[in-house]
Amino acid sequence: MAEPAANAHQGDDTTRRDFIFIAAGAASAVGVAATVWPFIDQMNPAADTRALSTTEVDLSAVVLGQQIKVMWQGKPVFVRHRTADEIGRAQRDDFATLKDPQSDAERLVQEDGAAGRPEWIVLQASCTHLGCVPTFVEGSSFGGWFCPCHGSDYDTSGRIRRGPAPANLPPAPYVYLNETSIRIG
Amino acid sequence: MSGLSTYEPKSGLTRWLDKRLPIIRLAHDSFVAYPTPRNLNYFWTFGAMLSLCLVVQIVTGIVLAMHYTPHVDHAFASVQRIDRDVPFGWLIQNIHSVGASMFFLAVYIHMFRGLYYGSYKAPREVLWILGCIIYLLMVVTGFLGYTLPWGQMSFWGATVITNILGAVPFVGESIQVWIRGGGSIDQPTLSRFFSLHYLLPFVIAGVVALHVWALHEAGQNNPAGVDVKSKADTVPFTPYATIKDLFAVILFVILFATFVFFMPNALGHADNYIPANPLQTPPEIVPEWYLLPFYAILRAFDFNIGPIDSKLAGVIGMFASIAVLFVLPWIDTSRVRSMRYRPIARQFFLIFVVACLILGWCGGQNPGLILAKPADFSATLTWVSGGEVRSEQFTAPSEGEYEEFAQAQRDRLAEQGATMTSITRENARTATITGVFGGTQSTETVTGATPDAMEEAITHAKEEVGSGAAFFSVERRSPYTFTVTTLSQIATFYYFFFFLVLLPLLGLREKPGRVPDTIAKPVLTEQGAA
Repeated sequence: MAEPAANAHQGDDTTRRDFIFIAAGAASAVGVAATVWPFIDQMNPAADTRALSTTEVDLSAVVLGQQIKVMWQGKPVFVRHRTADEIGRAQRDDFATLKDPQSDAERLVQEDGAAGRPEWIVLQASCTHLGCVPTFVEGSSFGGWFCPCHGSDYDTSGRIRRGPAPANLPPAPYVYLNETSIRIG
Repeated sequence: MSGLSTYEPKSGLTRWLDKRLPIIRLAHDSFVAYPTPRNLNYFWTFGAMLSLCLVVQIVTGIVLAMHYTPHVDHAFASVQRIDRDVPFGWLIQNIHSVGASMFFLAVYIHMFRGLYYGSYKAPREVLWILGCIIYLLMVVTGFLGYTLPWGQMSFWGATVITNILGAVPFVGESIQVWIRGGGSIDQPTLSRFFSLHYLLPFVIAGVVALHVWALHEAGQNNPAGVDVKSKADTVPFTPYATIKDLFAVILFVILFATFVFFMPNALGHADNYIPANPLQTPPEIVPEWYLLPFYAILRAFDFNIGPIDSKLAGVIGMFASIAVLFVLPWIDTSRVRSMRYRPIARQFFLIFVVACLILGWCGGQNPGLILAKPADFSATLTWVSGGEVRSEQFTAPSEGEYEEFAQAQRDRLAEQGATMTSITRENARTATITGVFGGTQSTETVTGATPDAMEEAITHAKEEVGSGAAFFSVERRSPYTFTVTTLSQIATFYYFFFFLVLLPLLGLREKPGRVPDTIAKPVLTEQGAA
């Protein structure tokens, strides 16, 4: 019914309406996106959560052969004071058949790239399979951590040796602040 | 709501209202005069139970939210307080937690009913998909709700499930952090899970309204799977369906009450009575019973598929097992709805139900548990007693030549008359080689029912020989083992095989039985014969 009128006005009028239509559509699409984004982004870690991103650890309290679990960004981290025997096993196994080959020295490297000290190993305490916390088991098959959930076995350097986990326990980023303390993160 | 309305307002007030908001007319047409197929069996009463469950969960949930504290330090204690101190809190909390299980029990029977009688086929595809959406929302709501009591299973279940999302390539880790609101499950996670757990039931209620709308538009399916053709095929919803639903609901409520009053914790996990501890993992993390089949599918993929690693494959498998339901109306090629008239498909369907139950069982077991094996694990120890032990250190010219060089050292000692040799590598190039010369060689074979038992037997055997031997060579033999994982792999295979291969093929090849022309015919014949 409106066709004859539309035909009569074909030209500038229609083009202008089309332009306004598309421009308004584009502007509202941008507007919707700009409005939705804050509602999505608010779920990301808040500033105070991110501020808890470093943890300082006093090493003097950890005696030889002992390990402590500290919380870093809400996640547990192992700080282990390794015995000479554990260090020996870890270094010897650099050449064993490894699922995720990495040498012990590489795993001790500090965040700034400086070499670590073999007696202190700092590892994120989440099994790389499904995130359970492994337990250090004296006399376990590889002398290190064992995950009770699905039976992954890690050695004294936290490398995966047996079980379903795909990768080594990731080292936590740390630096020595002085002789007896480190900062994680 | 198809067809003409038979509602006639009786009083002045209802006539007045009917002109302005015909809500009584809508209710009358939907739940009183609504024609239902006259051959519906008791499997068609689960919709009523599910509506009841949704109402019960919302009502008890709103009350619980008045007493619950969504804070990591107080959540566990506040649930305990509800159970112990709040007047009738024990009752309301038990109804809510048992209610979740009852909701899933009813929804599974409802879904299997739909599968058996072909309720997903045209013209009910949208009805079926809406149902799948409701189920998916129920799963999410159930998972979020299970986190709220902040027990060990709550915490670690949430950790494992959010870790699963981390398996998604490229964006997995960002999604994981986004959902948790931090690096790990913590206060931000608990707060948002509480908020969403409160919200989603109302979303479910909205989708249920669409589900009922779609149902009333397409009309109910029925055990014969044939369309309603005349008035003789139907009876009015009230009183026929209403009374039948009411009776079934009463039986359901009896079961519900049995759990609430006599065994409220039977369907839960004891570890959830331990407050959440991020430093201590429970020995075995399992979801609630209604998610066990999917957990089994997740763990069935313990192998890499090409570039997809096992973890991601498990996640894909788990999501695919639900996604396949959404496309089911187009996968099943059979034109016959009800499996009552599909003699072959019916048998495969029964196996499918068994496979689902097996998956549920597997999900709750330790995946490494050995169910059957042809022989024990065994190991042969070889050692030399007596004889002279000689050790020497050697250094290979370079790291690359180490293997070759070590073998040369072995050969050299063997030529000198060594009975056995052993090499301990110290670093990239140096190692110590030990050889035993002379003495008598002995062997012993030990066995064990599990790898751990065998290792124990090996240690024991070594201790018995003691210092009589310089070193041992151990050859381990593992028999083929049929584990829980193997069983869940078979069941997972069948799950997908049923949907992706059997249903499309059977629809084309199977010769269906004779489908009755109308609903009324066989019903009336039976009645006549009786």
